[in-house]
Amino acid sequence: MGSRKSCAGSAAPAVLMAIVILLLVGSTLYFHIAKTWWFPPAITPVGHQIDQQFFVTFIVTGIVFVLAQLALAWMVFKYRDHGQKARFVRGNHMLEVIWTTATLVIFVGLGVMAAHAWGEVHFGGPAPGALQVEVTGVQFVWNFRYPGPDGKFGRIIPKDIDASTGNPLGLDPNDPASKDDIVSGDLYLPVNRPIELMLRSQDVIHSFFVRELRIKQDTVPGLVIPVHFSVTKIGDYEITCNQLCGLGHYHMHAMLHVLSDADFQQWEQKQEAQNAQ
Amino acid sequence: MSSHASAVHHSEAPKGWLRHYIFSLDHKIIGTQYILLGLSAVTIGVILSVIMRIHLAWPSVHIWGFANGVVSPEDYLRVITMHGTLMVFFVLTTVPQSGFGNYFLPIQIGAPDMAFPTLNMLSFWITFVAMIVLVSSAFVPGGSAISGWTSYAPLSAVGVIAGPGQGLGQTLWIVSIALFCGASLMSAINFLGTTIDLRTTGLSLMRMPLTVWGWFITASLALLAFGVLLAACILLLLDRLAMTSFFIPSGEMVSGVLLNHAGGSPLLWQHLFWFFGHPEVYIAILPGMGIISHVLSTFSRKPVFGYRAMVYSLSAIGFLSFMVWGHHMFISGMSPYSGLAFSILTLVIGVPSAIKTFNWLGTLWGARIQFTAAMLFAIGFVSVFVTGGLSGIFLAQPALDLYLHDTYYVIGHFHLIMGVAAIFAMFAATYYWFPKMFGRMMNETLGKIHFWMTFVGVYCIFMPMHYLGYAGDPRRYASIESVHYLFALQPVYKFISIAAFITATAQLFFYFNFFWSIKHGKPAEANPWRATTLEWSVPTPVPHDNFAGHYPTVYRGPYEYSVPGAADDFIPQDLAPERVAKA
Repeated sequence: MGSRKSCAGSAAPAVLMAIVILLLVGSTLYFHIAKTWWFPPAITPVGHQIDQQFFVTFIVTGIVFVLAQLALAWMVFKYRDHGQKARFVRGNHMLEVIWTTATLVIFVGLGVMAAHAWGEVHFGGPAPGALQVEVTGVQFVWNFRYPGPDGKFGRIIPKDIDASTGNPLGLDPNDPASKDDIVSGDLYLPVNRPIELMLRSQDVIHSFFVRELRIKQDTVPGLVIPVHFSVTKIGDYEITCNQLCGLGHYHMHAMLHVLSDADFQQWEQKQEAQNAQ
Repeated sequence: MSSHASAVHHSEAPKGWLRHYIFSLDHKIIGTQYILLGLSAVTIGVILSVIMRIHLAWPSVHIWGFANGVVSPEDYLRVITMHGTLMVFFVLTTVPQSGFGNYFLPIQIGAPDMAFPTLNMLSFWITFVAMIVLVSSAFVPGGSAISGWTSYAPLSAVGVIAGPGQGLGQTLWIVSIALFCGASLMSAINFLGTTIDLRTTGLSLMRMPLTVWGWFITASLALLAFGVLLAACILLLLDRLAMTSFFIPSGEMVSGVLLNHAGGSPLLWQHLFWFFGHPEVYIAILPGMGIISHVLSTFSRKPVFGYRAMVYSLSAIGFLSFMVWGHHMFISGMSPYSGLAFSILTLVIGVPSAIKTFNWLGTLWGARIQFTAAMLFAIGFVSVFVTGGLSGIFLAQPALDLYLHDTYYVIGHFHLIMGVAAIFAMFAATYYWFPKMFGRMMNETLGKIHFWMTFVGVYCIFMPMHYLGYAGDPRRYASIESVHYLFALQPVYKFISIAAFITATAQLFFYFNFFWSIKHGKPAEANPWRATTLEWSVPTPVPHDNFAGHYPTVYRGPYEYSVPGAADDFIPQDLAPERVAKA
């Protein structure tokens, strides 16, 4: 037997390790079960699917987390040096096969399960009759454009962009389709109707995020990116920018107002009347 | 192999202070230089993170060094950009690989030095210049860049109209990283050539320590990945300085200025950056995984459980690392079908990492664990790696990433799995190899205090960030005063900040221990840990050509601990079979 280091044989480090790991596991489980800081309730059907997938992932990873951390703590305690001889084992082929296969099945299985919710958001086109709203990010505000009564978006000419003269999007004044376009600093949507947001950016990459929708999408200069959903709950929700876009990134903020059909029509009519003036 | 190596390399150290210490060709000095460079970078990086945490938790507190003491939004972004850049490149990419790898790879394979000593010296000094260029960007007009360590275009491409710091500051950032790429490519060639060609007699691939495997696969990744980042940096510079449009589309209107660019794609920058960026995070962690296997085995007095599986999993991680970059881009506007493909591959790359974790646990099973400071950090690594790795399972699914992307959940994830885990590996490496580097022992009591404060501290800092992510707290926000749903998170911010201050202070134990022990530590014997690999068979201090002309022959694998029938609980790799004492 070789000579022992002076720190061998003490149980204190093992006990401390067990305490820290137990605190870690306990507090993590607590904050997840108590949902102390948590997602707000989802307001879209796909949001509920996403929450379901999160729950499944949480259960699976939670079990692995608890077992792995406790196994570590237990081994460190049980096999601390108290004069025993270490077991000379090079490995175990069957164990390697088992835990490799199990991990592969579980991990890929979760991914395949999640694909459905992802497809709901991105693989299909919009439902027929979807309300189209164009979302434009620019340092550091959001602009939302509705097609107006003619149902058509007017042409945009970048060199005409001038927020100070009331044309933040650069609508072409010579295009008749742009005359009735409604431009708003907040997003108004009717409840229970299919929506198609067309996401754009004028300058740098921004990202449109509303927690309750469970939707986040980067807005990329040069691209128009569609996002489809319908909202099931009336209310006011915050829109934040989620991709670093410069010094005002933290206050690039707008509101999503989800209204009843009647209230939404009223809002639309008010905007159209203001446009006509 | 080794016979001509000794003929090529003169066995005496060069005279003259400049040749000996500054422009040394000796891999041990160069490794030390890299470690000291990394130590300076991490010191600045930690100070920057403390500034961040003071500002976030107590926004009105005045901080010395800022105009009127106030951290403006652009100052905050400068701080996070510099923090990320320094930490990822100049700490995590240099110390585990170019620091400890340079020092110990040649010795562990029985070679007198790296294959290309002059190239080695050049790699260090170019890295050094790169860091000077980066730090100098803080002092130029406009200040340093504000676009994050990821430097997304067009924010990073269009110049100062996009924001303060995006002028000369951003250009210097790009130049610094481009230089770093060049140095890394040189270093990768060196590591690969050395490992392939300079192994001593009897050291087959499957007898190499897992540290050597870690460095070897990391160097392969670096060779393939850094070229892409270098190209991306050159394209970005051209967009900025030569009116090209690789990353800038037409119709760009920035701050009232209509740009004359046309035809570029901002997504192209992301593809190029992350094609490098994902292998990069494995470059940061693979040497650490090798070191942890090595340290766990030594202080468990057992072979690494599943050595072959460990080699295959390191290789699988390396290979797959080039196929998962899109998981940084699920919501970037990239095709959602690509997103699905990247998602499955990302989940697959989790498997070899899980295999490694099972094998680390297997190494501890049936062990005889000695709780040295190095071992404590190795055990802590396993815990942190499990936690950080599992949060990756959420992020790998695009449906969940829809919510969690660019929130504090991601910050918690990558700090645990990349920052903390790799730092723990570096600490383990330091406590482990210090006796061989300096001929003295570090103080074990200070090491233990350092460990416990740090281990508890990092969990207190980074676990709550996952909860901030659930609440939808976006990254890179200079303040939470504009978003109503963030107000309730202020107490969590304060908790994290206090934990950060305590953890940062705990590192002072390490600094003191490290520098004090160089001169005043207890003198170390040649093999204080009774370990098996070749670095423990050479005297301390290590001779200039490592083996004083007598290159070893290797007779067995690297982890022959507690072998039944042997008198000692370890058998050195280079001990001839007839000289192994029987029980």
